[in-house]
Amino acid sequence: MTTAAVEIFDLEKTYRVGFWRKRQKLALRPLRLTIEQGEVFGFLGPNGAGKTTTLKLLMGLAPPTAGTAQILGMEIHDPRVRAQIGFLPEQPYFYDHLTARELLTYYAQLSGVPAAERFPRVAAMLKRVGIEGSSDVQLRKYSKGMLQRVGLAQAILHDPKVVFLDEPMSGLDPMGRREVRELIQQLQSEGKTVFFSTHILSDAEALCDRVAVIHQGELRGVGSVAELTRQSQSKVEIIFCAANLPPALAALGVETRISGEMVNVVASQERQDSVLEILRRERLHLISLTPVRSSLEEYYVEKLRSKQSGKGASA
Amino acid sequence: MNSRIASVAFNTFREAVRDRVLYNLIAFAVLISAAAILVGEISIEVERMVVVNLGLTAVSLFGVVIAIFIGIGLVSKEIDKKTLYTVLSRPLRRWEFVVGKFFGLAGTLVVNTLFMAVGVFLALLYVTHRFQRGDLPVLAALYFIVLEFLIVCALALFFSSFSTPIMSAVFTFALFVIGNLADDLRGFARVTTGLAGAIAQAAGYIVPNFSAFNIVNQAAHGDSVPARLIFYNTVYALLFSAMAISGAVIVFQRRNLK
Amino acid sequence: MNYSRHVNIIAILVLLGALAGSILTLKAIDRFATQPDAQQTLYVQSPKALRRMSLGYTGLMADIYWTRAVQYFGYQHHNHSLDFHLLAPLLRVTTELDPRLIPPYELGANFLAPQPPNGAGEPEESLKLLQFGIEHNPDQWRLYYNLGFLYFTEFKDYAKASAAFAAGARLPVTHEFMPVLAARMAQHAGEFDTARMLWYTAYQNTSQPDIRQNAVQHLVALRVDEDVTRLEEIVDKYRQQEGSLPATMKDLERAGFIRGAPADPNGRPYKLTADGKVEVQDPGILLYITKGLPPGKDPPTPRP
Repeated sequence: MTTAAVEIFDLEKTYRVGFWRKRQKLALRPLRLTIEQGEVFGFLGPNGAGKTTTLKLLMGLAPPTAGTAQILGMEIHDPRVRAQIGFLPEQPYFYDHLTARELLTYYAQLSGVPAAERFPRVAAMLKRVGIEGSSDVQLRKYSKGMLQRVGLAQAILHDPKVVFLDEPMSGLDPMGRREVRELIQQLQSEGKTVFFSTHILSDAEALCDRVAVIHQGELRGVGSVAELTRQSQSKVEIIFCAANLPPALAALGVETRISGEMVNVVASQERQDSVLEILRRERLHLISLTPVRSSLEEYYVEKLRSKQSGKGASA
Repeated sequence: MNSRIASVAFNTFREAVRDRVLYNLIAFAVLISAAAILVGEISIEVERMVVVNLGLTAVSLFGVVIAIFIGIGLVSKEIDKKTLYTVLSRPLRRWEFVVGKFFGLAGTLVVNTLFMAVGVFLALLYVTHRFQRGDLPVLAALYFIVLEFLIVCALALFFSSFSTPIMSAVFTFALFVIGNLADDLRGFARVTTGLAGAIAQAAGYIVPNFSAFNIVNQAAHGDSVPARLIFYNTVYALLFSAMAISGAVIVFQRRNLK
Repeated sequence: MNYSRHVNIIAILVLLGALAGSILTLKAIDRFATQPDAQQTLYVQSPKALRRMSLGYTGLMADIYWTRAVQYFGYQHHNHSLDFHLLAPLLRVTTELDPRLIPPYELGANFLAPQPPNGAGEPEESLKLLQFGIEHNPDQWRLYYNLGFLYFTEFKDYAKASAAFAAGARLPVTHEFMPVLAARMAQHAGEFDTARMLWYTAYQNTSQPDIRQNAVQHLVALRVDEDVTRLEEIVDKYRQQEGSLPATMKDLERAGFIRGAPADPNGRPYKLTADGKVEVQDPGILLYITKGLPPGKDPPTPRP
């Protein structure tokens, strides 16, 4: 059995706030989670749920109050770990006065990329994320989308095995988001592990192998996307052209929606044949018939609404 | 390890330069040229003294102000912002970051002082028309001023590791002032007894003692500087800086980044 | 945790080591530059320039210079130095920066006038300082006290001393011994009781340890002078009565003139010389005495 990419053992974080640092603010309840190598793992939750806190703890940016974690079998505090991981924070801040090329070169130095490889590697990165046109412009002049791309570049520059992305799609236009999705897929095909946090469920559904839902500092559930979006009771969606709703259809008692000349019917698989029969009889034009999968959204909402347990859930 | 520290140091230096910090040299050049020219009215001996006194005091004051400003801008502000997220998530150790910052900061100041030193000597040349033996102490005084800067940078770094940019500036400046009065503090400790005296004595040894570094007046009079003093001051500056830097490392290790 | 604990331990060791090292280096620098350097102590000769440089913080500068003056004097005094040449300038600068600071005038009155190693040996400076002080603080009775004190101890000008005490006595806020001292100066200037009262009031009315110690030493000396004078008178009476000089103190005791063996305030018995004079056992440690000294000996200077 290969080493897990990330193993989290009861990682916990409590901040002490207030003037005298007396009050306690629980940011993350004891979290237990394992992420396998080669996975694309989604970390879902609303804002303030603890996603960023978890990432900060894993990156060593804040010390945990309790618990440990390992990345690729090494303790997170071991500096050697960080040569193998890449991190894109939410809304990244960079040294304004540097150009993209200078920043990436600096980061390459810090990540231990050999001197001879730095220039070509940086150039390749700039091209891959699509900012080579502005490589020598100071970052203070970059738009948000461009900064996000720089952020991605610096996260994968040193060819890390595990990549951590915090809200990678934020601030990007649809084209940019698509590019990021493609990038993540590419990374997976290169054998890397990708862990990203987001609150956009459609992205998670499209990209992830497994997801975890976190809310109010507590892990609410973990599962594979395939399983979660499969429904025992599958439904179909039938779209057809009609001036009015055939009365026989209304009698069936299925869910219908009419807009203009198009009618949307959602029926269970058992009723599917009956609906089709009605359409055939009325000689109505069938436009499409698609299976409906329940979305991740339902799982997400259900987990968010479930009562908080005392301890964190584990998976 | 060393290459990472060097990277951080170089990057810090580059930031200072791009931050237009070195433009202060223009103000300095104007000041010292004006002084040199205006002073041309008085007799030769005092002329030289004025240039040395004014020049060295200006180097010292300008330098401290810059040390504090860039110390705050380059260190405290950075620690306060999120720019460090992507830096510290790399194999760079936190202590390497602190040490690298120190070298970058100190390097900037040394370069700055170098330029100012050239200015001072040019002004000196202008008023005395040739270099003399008595100018060597000016070199020593400049060296001591650089040593002072090392300590101020280390202090700025230390305070940046745990307090806000403004408070770091305030604390550093306060210690600079107290450090210049350190001898008085220890004199006070000598004549006071009891708890106040004990506190004053402890404080007198812990605050940076800049009195021994201040030989501006001696340099103005052309008094030679004993080699032993140069040695002791160098050792003191290195030790004190090491102390402040290790303090910064310890605090920064445990710090939660925003 | 191992790695960061590692780093912490090393950092703490470096910090402690550097702290110890820097303290040691400071001490080495201290030893190296033992004398408070004249330039460094004063740094600026002219009080007016200093005043301008203080940027309005003259009070603080005055306090700093006062501290330096005390430190300078204490250092020189403690080492029985004969050089106090910086004392007057330091006090001058202090009072020019803040004329309302009283302790410098007190220090000056007590220690600027006497000859080294008991003082700076500059009585004129002392007088000038006090007059400057009175000019700026005409309602401070303490300054008039110090003026009278100075006239009495240094200039031996009892008339002026009396006038000073009297002037102080007339102030709205003053001390009850001022008129008493004025009267004593006028009538009984040469008497022991007058000097004693003066030194006692000097002791009482200051909190500066150097001044107090000085007053005590003078009081002890007065006592000795008084004792010696009285004893020599008794020896005279004995001679008149017995027709010969007493050989030892015991003789005086047997004749009923004294009870017990008379001793100086330090507990050392006085001794009788062959020619009927009284001497102290250990002149070296009794400062300021004018009687009871072995012949040919000057008033003692303190042993280094």
